[in-house]
Amino acid sequence: MEAEAAKYIGAGIACLGMAGAGIGLGHIFGNYLAGALRNPSAAQGQFANLIFGFAVTEALGIFSFAVALIMLFT
Amino acid sequence: MIAAGLDPIAQFELHKLAELKIGKYDLSFTNSALIMLVTVAVAGLWLFLSTSKRSLIPGRAQSIAEISYEFISDMIRSTAGSDGMKFFPFVYSLFMFILFANMLGMVPFFFTSTSHIIITFVMAMMVMAIVVGYGLFKHGFKFLKLFVPSGIPMAILPFVSLLEVISFLSRPISLSVRLWANMFAGHILLKLFAGFAIMMFTSAGVLTTIGAAVPYALVFALIPLEFLVAFVQAYVFALLTCVYLSDALHPGHH
Repeated sequence: MEAEAAKYIGAGIACLGMAGAGIGLGHIFGNYLAGALRNPSAAQGQFANLIFGFAVTEALGIFSFAVALIMLFT
Repeated sequence: MIAAGLDPIAQFELHKLAELKIGKYDLSFTNSALIMLVTVAVAGLWLFLSTSKRSLIPGRAQSIAEISYEFISDMIRSTAGSDGMKFFPFVYSLFMFILFANMLGMVPFFFTSTSHIIITFVMAMMVMAIVVGYGLFKHGFKFLKLFVPSGIPMAILPFVSLLEVISFLSRPISLSVRLWANMFAGHILLKLFAGFAIMMFTSAGVLTTIGAAVPYALVFALIPLEFLVAFVQAYVFALLTCVYLSDALHPGHH
């Protein structure tokens, strides 16, 4: 296999890591919405926690994206 | 093949506007430096003008400035406690700089300074330097309680401590890479879809010329999303800064 082709395949495989971050983000926002509909008055107070969880989870997906970019452009 | 002018990466290129070399270091004034100066000027001028005529009953501009103050101060109080308010000027200027840099990046033909990892990494390292410096200054060796959570059985404590150290060391990386990758990926995405629209529209077939409406419409859908990302990432950066500062203020209970 050519090295160039392997590079692109590797970048594609690295992007699979984003699927996990996607599942995690779905859980976070889904559960937030479920909780918010049960107790709407408490929902506003948990917004910072929601964004914090979103940021921490998203970081992992971003890492795999960064790996893919490093493979493509170096 | 990528047609000339449609390269999605070309928008991030640095251009030297004024050459400056000191020794072996290249300190040239680039378009990135220019847009950062513009960012500071716009944010500073806006805050200066909107609060120059202070009145008890605020007008529109003053209201927005007051809302932005309350927004950040509420965030600090809820995450770092009211003694975190001594870091308010730092967190507020960090938030405003990132917000205005992201928003100015959305203006067509403007450079996005936060789409370069060195800019975001320097900001993240500045936050970590303040956290470690203030933590050691305020608490001395008690700051290291950050890595020894209470209520953990002795048997697994070394492993938990090791994990805490690794998570602490990865913080500046995740903080900087999150902002950089979001801005970088967003701008590539916009440019890619705009490029698709142009390439399809100018191609020979009738079907692809009509089909160019699809990526063109997607660009319109993506632009509001990018504005949202620009705000959310500035908010996330400031929020995580507050959470890390809370560790420096109260190590040992989190």
